[in-house]
Amino acid sequence: MLSVQDTNTPVTFSPELISKFADVVSRYPVGKQKSALLPILHLVQAEYGWVSAPAMDSVAEYLSIQSIEVYEVASFYTMYFLKPQGKYMLEVCRTGPCEIVGATPIMEHIEKTLGVKEGDVTEDGLFSWRGVECLAACGFGPVLQIGPEYTFYENLTTGSVDKLIGDLKAKANN
Amino acid sequence: MARKLLLEHINVPGINTFDVYRSKGGYAAVEKALKTLTPEEVVEEVKKSGLRGRGGAGFPTGMKWSFLAKPEGVERYLVCNADESEPGTFKDRFLMTYIPHLLIEGMIVASFALGAKTSYIYVRGEMMPQIRILEKAIAEAKAKGFLGKNILGTDYSLELYVQPGGGAYICGEETALLESLEGKRGNPRIKPPFPAIAGLYGCPTVVNNVESIAAVVPIINDGGEEYAKIGIGRSTGTKLISAGGNLKNPGVYEIDLGLPAEEFLYSDEYCGGIANGKRLKAVVAGGSSVPILPANLFLKTVNNEARLMSYESLADGGFVSGTMMGSGGFIAYDEDQCIVRNTWNFARFYHHESCGQCSPCREGTGWMEKVLHRLEYGHGKMSDMDLLVDVSKKIEGNTICPLGDAAAWPVASAIRHFRDEFEWHVTNAYEATTRNYGIAHYADPLNAVVA
Repeated sequence: MLSVQDTNTPVTFSPELISKFADVVSRYPVGKQKSALLPILHLVQAEYGWVSAPAMDSVAEYLSIQSIEVYEVASFYTMYFLKPQGKYMLEVCRTGPCEIVGATPIMEHIEKTLGVKEGDVTEDGLFSWRGVECLAACGFGPVLQIGPEYTFYENLTTGSVDKLIGDLKAKANN
Repeated sequence: MARKLLLEHINVPGINTFDVYRSKGGYAAVEKALKTLTPEEVVEEVKKSGLRGRGGAGFPTGMKWSFLAKPEGVERYLVCNADESEPGTFKDRFLMTYIPHLLIEGMIVASFALGAKTSYIYVRGEMMPQIRILEKAIAEAKAKGFLGKNILGTDYSLELYVQPGGGAYICGEETALLESLEGKRGNPRIKPPFPAIAGLYGCPTVVNNVESIAAVVPIINDGGEEYAKIGIGRSTGTKLISAGGNLKNPGVYEIDLGLPAEEFLYSDEYCGGIANGKRLKAVVAGGSSVPILPANLFLKTVNNEARLMSYESLADGGFVSGTMMGSGGFIAYDEDQCIVRNTWNFARFYHHESCGQCSPCREGTGWMEKVLHRLEYGHGKMSDMDLLVDVSKKIEGNTICPLGDAAAWPVASAIRHFRDEFEWHVTNAYEATTRNYGIAHYADPLNAVVA
């Protein structure tokens, strides 16, 4: 089942996560720790599946910046999910070069197979899907990616999408 | 068979590891630069090479480097732009995936030339696998003494880091990239000051594309003059072209600049022609931002000269009948593709990616998207084409960064060259939702179009 994080209580990051944060911060000059914001938000999303307001507040506290500085960044960049998603978020490229080799039929097939509209989560909490803009793999379209590893699936067909969804279901149920 | 400067060893098993890369002559440019050349001499070689920025703007790299301010006691930065997001372009992903050490080697040489002690590679966030590949390559190079303190026993020290983006096309614009690297929204800065004076953290900064940085390696190995012998006119060297769309052999090709466009498109050594035996209808030669051309105008200029894959030849005819090299994102459209639908798709992309800072772009891109949507779905009006051209003209040149221009050009050029297809979407609205316009006269010999 989809585990929805309680958004009324503050988020405390694990020591492992904090040490990853510290490693990122060490890449920048002293006093420029705000540069670590994007990489840290990726780490938070990989851990929790999305970026909640309390998590952003804790990131702000960690980086000694204002919460709004985190909110405005998280809402600007398309990769950060501001609400919970399925365990596997299928992001299908819908831009020009992928479109002319069949991105739309792939998205229609995913919608039909999963039975949820773009941006919604399947009942078992496993899947979401959405169309995204160019993923820089235009020679191998249609393509989709799945975070947090951002594994790539190229030259998609309805058959290969069915297999992918089946494999992910099997993986999740094991 | 064309020579390969960047992709020569791309098929060697294990070339993504330090040892194999080194065994193929890798990191020789670092040794040569750090041990036998001064930073100024490295800049001089790059100037002599005539290398032009491979990210899209085509500005001479050596000149960009020579503009870098060098005030006493102030840090200088080199930032590699690996935020490859221009629709049609996937060469940087290819290079970072298969031969990451070439980029690392180029970064070390370029950082040495610029006097940077810390350099960053800003990779678009979706390329997490490539980020891991680069981080591994950096760790290997560091373990072998090519990064870190006193590289190869010289006085030069360099730290190199990979920074992920967050999924925003606009961060490919260099000042937006710097904002993003500072942990902010990717809103482009007003220039001047240029990054060469005040860039990352307000310090002098050079931002270069992945391919430009990689090209520094053969330039230092063979000398700038040797590099400049390749190519044609002011288009020197080799260029990676990402070929996609309805091609028989899509992929990344390294070409000598000046290769005839027809040969690139139809020769089996490159794209191998159009897939499934179809005919070519249109080409976007350099990424979605550049003007789209019908087949006949892409293969030949209006003067009936063969079009070449060079900065000058692709731009021959200006915006009236030419296009641009851009980032080398080559998209071919076969006879079954709908130009209206494609233009709507691109307009949606730019609307989605506009940062929202400048009104003409924020509002204009959305307006164009809506008008194109209604044309594609059978609700267009005859006046829509003029309206689109009018909106595009009001965006162009009126924004802080070139995203506005990039959004305007594909729309304006599609209407310029494919106006009858747009009009057909209005006059035959229902039919246009059931079938495509087809190739029409777009591949006919030129005089029939120009006359």
